[in-house]
Order: sequence, then C-alpha cells, then structure tokens
Amino acid sequence: MTDRVEALLPSAEPVRFLTDSGAAVRGRQRYEVPDPELLRRAHRAMVVGRRFDAQATALTKQGRLAVYPSSHGQEACQVGSVLVLEDGDWFFPTYRESMALVSRGIDPVEVLSLLRGDAHCGYDPRRHHTAAQCTPLATQTVHAAGLAYAERRKGTGRVALACVGDGATSEGDFHEALNFAAVFKAPVVFLVQNNQYAISVPLERQTAAPSLAYKGIGYGVRSERVDGNDPVAVLAVLSAAVEHARSGHGPFLVEAHTYRLEPHTNADDASRYRTDAEAEEWRGRDPITRLENYLRRRGHLTDEDIAAASAEAEEFAERLRTRMNTDPELAPMGLFEHVYGTPTPQLDEQRARLHAELQAEEALS
Amino acid sequence: MTTMAQALNTALRHAMDEDERVLVFGEDVGALGGVFRITDGLTAKFGDDRCFDTPLAEAGIVGFAIGMAMGGFRPVVEMQFDAFAYPAFEQIASHVAKMRNRTRGMVELPLVIRIPYAGGIGGVEHHCDSSEAYYAHTPGLKVVTPATVEDAYSLLREAIDDPDPVVFLEPKKLYWSKSDIERLDRTGPFGRAAVRRPGRDATVVAYGPSVPVALEAAKAAADEGWDLEVIDLRTIVPFDDATVAASVRKTGRCVVVSEAAGFAGVSAEIAARVQERCFHSLEAPVLRVAGFDIPYPPPMLEHHHLPSVDRVLDALDRLQRDDRPDTRYLPADGVA
Repeated sequence: MTDRVEALLPSAEPVRFLTDSGAAVRGRQRYEVPDPELLRRAHRAMVVGRRFDAQATALTKQGRLAVYPSSHGQEACQVGSVLVLEDGDWFFPTYRESMALVSRGIDPVEVLSLLRGDAHCGYDPRRHHTAAQCTPLATQTVHAAGLAYAERRKGTGRVALACVGDGATSEGDFHEALNFAAVFKAPVVFLVQNNQYAISVPLERQTAAPSLAYKGIGYGVRSERVDGNDPVAVLAVLSAAVEHARSGHGPFLVEAHTYRLEPHTNADDASRYRTDAEAEEWRGRDPITRLENYLRRRGHLTDEDIAAASAEAEEFAERLRTRMNTDPELAPMGLFEHVYGTPTPQLDEQRARLHAELQAEEALS
Repeated sequence: MTTMAQALNTALRHAMDEDERVLVFGEDVGALGGVFRITDGLTAKFGDDRCFDTPLAEAGIVGFAIGMAMGGFRPVVEMQFDAFAYPAFEQIASHVAKMRNRTRGMVELPLVIRIPYAGGIGGVEHHCDSSEAYYAHTPGLKVVTPATVEDAYSLLREAIDDPDPVVFLEPKKLYWSKSDIERLDRTGPFGRAAVRRPGRDATVVAYGPSVPVALEAAKAAADEGWDLEVIDLRTIVPFDDATVAASVRKTGRCVVVSEAAGFAGVSAEIAARVQERCFHSLEAPVLRVAGFDIPYPPPMLEHHHLPSVDRVLDALDRLQRDDRPDTRYLPADGVA
C-alpha cells in the first residue's frame, strides 16, 4: 500500500534541471534529460511564441483583437505541452494557450479568430487534433478524459493532453476528469500551469493542499510537480507523462510552477493585486534565457542560432501584423449554419428574415 | 403486452446490435439495469465495455460522453433522475449544445442524454422535475419526449441515429404503460407531431406525460358533445409548427397541457406560437393547463399540482364562453 502511494505522489520539491540562471542542477534526476534537438526546437518555438504573444498584445491595443490573455512568462509550458505530443495526439487548450496552438503549427490568424471575434474557433479541430479553445474553466478536462478513453478503446496508441490553470483546479469538472480518467485508465495528461493567480485571486485562496500536484493522489493519479520556467524539466516531465499514458499506465497530472508576467488580459490591472517586485523576481527565472545559457554552455546553441530564431520571430510577427491589419470577412448567414446538422424550419424562417434585412441594407447603401 | 420501459430497452438493444459504436453508460446502468430497468440485461448481452457503470458524477458522465463522441463513439448516457441532471447542465449548455456551432460543423456530437422526467409516480423531493424548458431553451439541442410505447422505441432509435445531440426525456409515469403492438418499428422522423385523436371543435396540444390526460379529457368532452383534436408533439425541438397551426386554424380553439410550471415554460412558447400564426382563426384565447408555479410538491400533494382531466375540461368550458379573466380566481383587490 505504502509503495503504491509513494509511486503516485509528486516529488517533494518541483523537478528542476536548471538553476535560475540556466546552470545544470547537480545530482541524480528521476527523469531523463531531453534530447538536445528537442531542446533546440523548444528554444526556437519559445522565441517565436514570445514574439507572437507580444504581437497579439499590440494588436489588442490597436483594436484588432477584442481581448488577449497573454502567456508571457509561461513559454516553457506553452511550448513544452505541444512539443511532447505526436501529430495524432489530441490537445485540449484553454483560452490562454494561443502560444501553444501556434507552436503546434496552427495558422496564427485562425488561432486568433476567437479573440478577434469573427468566429468561436478559427481552426479545424479534427485536422489539427486540437479541441476548440475552452473558456469555461476545466470543462474540457472531462472531454480529454473521454477522448483519451475512446482512443484506448480503439487501440490507436494516441493520448490526450489537457491544460488548465491553478484556478480551474477548484472547479468540480477538474476532479471529475481526474476520477474518470483514473477509473477508466484513460491515456490523458493533465497539465496545470500554476501561474499563481486566477485573475486576481492568489493560490492560497484556491487551495490548502501542499501543492496542486497533490490533487492527483486522491484519485489514484500519478502526479508530479515541475519548475514551469525550466524548459528542460518541463520537457523531461511532460515526455515521461505522455509515455506513462501511452504505454497503458493511465492518466498523469503535472503541476508546473510558473508566472504570468502580464495581467490576466489587456482589460485587467495587475497592480491592484500583486507587486512589481514579485514579477521582477520571476523575470529572473526567464525560461528562454535559462535554456539559452544551458544550451550554449553545452555547445548546442550558437549566436547564429539565436539570431536566426530572433529573425524567424520577427518575420512571423510581421506576417501576422500584415494579415491582421485588414478586417475579417464576415458571413452573417453562417449564423444559422451548424446549429443543427439540418436546420429546423424555424431557423430557415429566421435565416430568410436576416437575409431580407441584409438585402434591404445593401439596396440602401 | 409491451411496456414503454421494455420498448426503450428494445430500442437500445437494436441500436447496439446494429452499430458497435453505440455505448450505454451512467449510474447503475450495468448489473442493476438502471433504477427503472431501462438498461436491463444490456451488460449481460453486450459486455461491460458496451454498457457500463461510471463514477457517480453527472457532469463527468456528460463530459466524458462528449470526448467519446469526439473520438468516434455514439454514447447514450443515462441521468438517473431529472433533478439529478443539473450538475451536468454546464456541460450540456456550454459544450453539448454548442460544439457543432463553435467548430463550424467540424465537430459533431452524436450523443443521447436520457433523462427520466416529470411526476405522477409518488417520488420524494428532487425526483420529479419537469425540466424540459431548460433544454428546449438551449439552441443546438434536440428535445424529445415520447407519449406512447411505439414512439418510445421509434424516437429513441431516431435519437441514437441523429447526428445532433438529443435530450431524451422519458415520462416516468408512462414507463409501465402498455401496448399490444406486436412489432416495434420506426414511426417517423423528428419534427412531426402526431394527431392522436382527430376532432373539430378545439385543439389540445400536449407532449409526454400529458398526452394521456389530454386523450382522457377528449373522451369525457365527447360525452358533452365536444369533439377535441389531440396533438402529441413527440419532439419539442424541432417543433412542428405546421401540424399545430393547421389544427388550430381548423378548430379555432386551443388548450395547451403541460405538467411543468406554466411561467416561461414550453406551454407558454406553444401558446405564443399559436397566437402568432392563428390569431385570425381563433375564436377564443389560447389557454394553458399547466403545473402551478411552485417547486415540485411532496408526493402526497402532487395530484393537486398536476394537470387533471377536470382542469382540461374546465379550460374547455372557458373557451366556449368569452375571453374575460376567470373571475372565480381573481385576487381580492380585483386586479388580474
């Protein structure tokens, strides 16, 4: 019994491979060091991701986006969560995972449709094996459990990975998802990006648990906690979690300790609930700087690589800026499509009414 | 003789036989066969990977079904009772109903949520809600409720085959109703109401548990020389405006019968639709015979709440007179 409990419990301290400055942590690790090529890809994706995030924030200030929840500071988790997945694996993002979606290779304009407001989901979830970004908290964790169980039943070897924030761990659906996933041995990884605040409410008002990773033990879910600003540790732990799920050992819960450097969204004022000093402290644990220092020291990253990553990021932002600089084409008649497979007679009537209104407007203009 | 419970069970069997993607799960649906025995014997016949018990968590059940439907299965989940389905409401309103729309048709959710609903079985608190309006008010859901044994089979088969999510409301008090039908079969697609009794003098619109009440009232009314037409909606969503309007234009009078609280209920919607479409054919106001606007009463008092044959006849009586408020029930200050 004790052995079983021990096997499920997270490490006493968050798993770290890198110090705050990016030096390798001494001592034996429970997880394998990721392949240098994966780390180089993560570096490039984080540089591009951060630039994308800054561009999206700028687009919001210019009125091109209705709102944007930034993930600046959480790059290691954003990028790590998708780099550990294979193409056929399913990703279940929240509204804060725009950077992760871009890192997954989804067109950034399609990603930003939700936040621009021209469509609830701009990309094809089936094509990208990526669910629509979820705004109600933790509700998609149960979908991830169900989908993972479906994949297990079909014997595809595919897994699902669902993201939530610290606040969402207080929602009932998070607990039901852990429980269902464990009972049905669903191959799903739950990644909690504990960025310390649910909008303004600090972690100590969400939980009295030793840490969020301890929520797993009550459900029989293997859990781990990781320094979420250490890209090496994030990739090491998430890779192990995905492997655990894929090899038939059931769900895995990962809590990543990180920090959202920006406000909740552009509409938020973080100065009302936290200090600059606190954010400054977290800036000292910057995931990109840490990984750069680590890879350079080992000869896996050169000045040219870093310059190339920056150039790629600038190009990415430039293209996005240009494409977002025009108004999206709107299709009001589309409002009636996809309510049901076949529209009801009532929807046909309402559609005809809107059509007539639009024609009358057009005739006037 | 076949009961509605047996017809529902047969529908599940046939659907599971024909399509191995069809799965049944929920609370106590496995070894027990469900508290109303609707899933009786399914685990024995199809194995516990086709019909299985889940943890006791309704949001989890529906959310899990969403994921399984995304993964290519066709889940049929059971909520044990109407009022126990409320924890799942967020999953139903925010995800089940909207998935097709929010993904612009790229993700369909062919799943069925079966809910035993409404009263008349002497159930204690939280076992007898008429919750249809919550679902009917949520675009993206189909809301279905059988009133006959034949329809129980047919509508459930349609629901399981439908590409859209269906909230399938089973009138508890009709589970043990019987039919001498020999072979259960499909009786028609969603969106078509049935004229259960043709008549000339007034239309009674009902659905689910209220259909037998309407038919009994029609029988009693016939003794008084009133020839009532009784319409069974079968599907609340999609709503069959055509059949209802054609009937009321013919009869010129309409009474809507529903167990649910009348205020902002499905019966109110029907009354509004009838007057919008049939105003110039109407010879009297559209009346509703609905449950009172009270929380569902304790079982020993529920007969005071539920629409009765007498209340339907009473409404019919008023239809013949005039459209002044029924002065017998005016408050003391005379304001209605």
